[in-house]
Amino acid sequence: MAEQVKVVYERPRSWANKITHYCPGCTHGIAHRIVAELVDEMDLLDKTIGVWPVGCAVLGYEYFNFDSVEAAHGRAPAMATGIKVTNPDNFVFAYQGDGDVASIGMAEIVHAAARGWPLTVIFINNGNYGMTGGQMAPTTLVGQKTTTSPLGRTAQANGLPIRVSEMLAQLDGPAYIARVSLDSPANIRKAKDAMRKAFNAQVRGIGFSLVECLSTCPTNWRMTPVESMDHIRKEVVAYYPLGEFKVADGVL
Amino acid sequence: MLVGELLAHAGMDEGKEVTWLPSYGPEQRGGTANCAVVVADEPIASPLLTEPQSAIVFNRQSFDKFAPLVAKGGLLIVDSTLVESRCDRSDIETVYIPATDIASELGNSKFTNMVLLGVYLSKVGPVRLDSVFGALEVYLTGKKSSLIEVNRRAIQAGIDYVMTKSDSVG
Amino acid sequence: MSEKVLMKGAEALAEGAIRAGCRYYFGYPITPQNETPEYMSRRMPEVGGRFVQAESEIASINMVYGAACAGVRVMTSSSSPGISLMQEGISYISGSNVPCVVMNVMRGGPGLGNIAPAQADYFQAVKGGGNGDHRRIVLAPSSIQEGVDLFVDAFDLAEKYRMVVMIITDGLIGQMMEPVEFKTTVDVSTLVTPEWATTGRHGRTHPNIITSLTLDAAGLEKWNLALQRKYADVEAAESRLEEYLMDDADYAIIAYGIMARIAKTTVKLAREKGIRLGLLRPITVWPFPRKQIQSYAGRLKGSLTVELAYRQLFEDVQLTLCDRMPLGWYGRGGGVVPGPREILQAFEEQLLKGR
Repeated sequence: MAEQVKVVYERPRSWANKITHYCPGCTHGIAHRIVAELVDEMDLLDKTIGVWPVGCAVLGYEYFNFDSVEAAHGRAPAMATGIKVTNPDNFVFAYQGDGDVASIGMAEIVHAAARGWPLTVIFINNGNYGMTGGQMAPTTLVGQKTTTSPLGRTAQANGLPIRVSEMLAQLDGPAYIARVSLDSPANIRKAKDAMRKAFNAQVRGIGFSLVECLSTCPTNWRMTPVESMDHIRKEVVAYYPLGEFKVADGVL
Repeated sequence: MLVGELLAHAGMDEGKEVTWLPSYGPEQRGGTANCAVVVADEPIASPLLTEPQSAIVFNRQSFDKFAPLVAKGGLLIVDSTLVESRCDRSDIETVYIPATDIASELGNSKFTNMVLLGVYLSKVGPVRLDSVFGALEVYLTGKKSSLIEVNRRAIQAGIDYVMTKSDSVG
Repeated sequence: MSEKVLMKGAEALAEGAIRAGCRYYFGYPITPQNETPEYMSRRMPEVGGRFVQAESEIASINMVYGAACAGVRVMTSSSSPGISLMQEGISYISGSNVPCVVMNVMRGGPGLGNIAPAQADYFQAVKGGGNGDHRRIVLAPSSIQEGVDLFVDAFDLAEKYRMVVMIITDGLIGQMMEPVEFKTTVDVSTLVTPEWATTGRHGRTHPNIITSLTLDAAGLEKWNLALQRKYADVEAAESRLEEYLMDDADYAIIAYGIMARIAKTTVKLAREKGIRLGLLRPITVWPFPRKQIQSYAGRLKGSLTVELAYRQLFEDVQLTLCDRMPLGWYGRGGGVVPGPREILQAFEEQLLKGR
């Protein structure tokens, strides 16, 4: 029978076999896992450089076996650009949160997308500043309570949340822009498919790619992990619809 | 500005020390441009010209600004086509030349600067005429190389003017 | 390659950087240094390098940071307000031990100020700027030729010590033209990618990680102590001073950059009047040539510090000489540049009158 044993699950080679610092029920771990699986499956370990953000994923470089650098808050796309131009054959991705992408680093993300150079951004949207203790982010939903919108975000006081993927998809530069959700096994499979396309867009030299991942933050949302998954399905997706917003020719 | 560059370039070709400093910053306001050129046999310390030995002025504003600054015993060259003023200083030499008129006779008032350069070279001559002609060939290349000859003639016209009928006061 | 060419400062310095092996330039337009990125945009493709016009100075310095992590010779240039925006990046680069060169063509400030020559970013370059305990080697050329020559040293020092080297100059040097000779051309094919660089593992047994983050306080203190040891090594080995007509001097002018050059004429004027004046010109303003200047204590009757700023360089002179000789100071701000006679007058008033 031994010859019929089949490996159905194993630790990715590019995963550093460390226990992460993420809270129970946080979906960073899922996004990390997908990155590791794809780096393995696409045989990118030797040519990958990860650019890590300021935010909950600030220690992301600890968890992978490929080269990494730690960027300043919001500047990951600029730093990734600098790395990519020195070694265009390498695979360079930036991993950023919503404060990083949609607030302080808005100029860097827009111009990286507009240049359209082959780079990949994994954008974790959990609707708040997780690491600093759950303050309001540009992505916080109207009505959502945070430590800096204690009565709930209002359009009048705070403006409306920014849909980054739709906005970047208006540019001619990007090759692939998609929004996925990490709330269920089915959606996680779709998320991996989208990330594979995003990685491919870079590896095949087609252009800039970004995958926005709707993610949980049970600790700051004051929810259980299960409630937070449910919250994504019921509330978050309603404002941030899933789908592909830009797919250039050749992206697969 | 080109006159200054030609002088600097000619000086460099002769193995001299040179600096060329354009009008820059607050000086630029008012619509006139100027440059300060130093040609020397030894390394140049300050490139600033607070007391120039010579000044070539192309317009009234520059006349007003630089006529008082020229060092004692120095030289002021004025395009009398465009500047009607007369310098009241007796401690410097002033040359008035209708440079724009002369240039126009040569075909284009654009060569006024070369006429004035000719005057300067014949009066002071920190660099040789052939070095300036050599520099012209560096600056006027490609399509512009057809202009070398007329520029040379304009410089020569300035020299000739000094030799024959210069209205010099000093 | 030893022929002299007449070049504008901002372009000659750009060519100097390329001759020094720089192949990556990231920048954003700002006067009075636009000729540098313009030149780089033409020249980099010719030498197989890359020029990238970034969306801001903030992006520029972070692109520099990225490229520096790959272990290549990389630089940016800007002028005062743009350098202010780069301070965050400079702090991160310093905190993660990667080398790069930053050129500041200083202009009048504070704020938008103007585009005229100034030296008012001295504190920012030498003492401050970004957060945290970090230092930069700061080189201050006083001529275009010296700037070109110092670019080779700048990249060598940046790589030797894995730190930011800043070249501070000003609009006057940036805008003027002088004959310049490119004596050295670094063959980039001989440059070795350092073992710490994040260039992808490509068979390496371990991942390289570059970060300025150390959450553990004891760990970060250790990291800081290592930085401090490095800075002490730099202070011991790399300070440079030009001494001009100092052998018999009774007095010295202390100045750097373009101001020192102008003051050389002051020295000549003073000597014509029989005053034995010399010039002490720090070429490195950090590390400040403290020991070399201190050696004149007891030998001089006084010094006049001259700068295009208000008592910034003077503060280092005071820290260096304390009360060991009479210390005069003369400075102009806002882009006003004093001439040699104005400086001589200040010298005579402050150090000769009533003595």
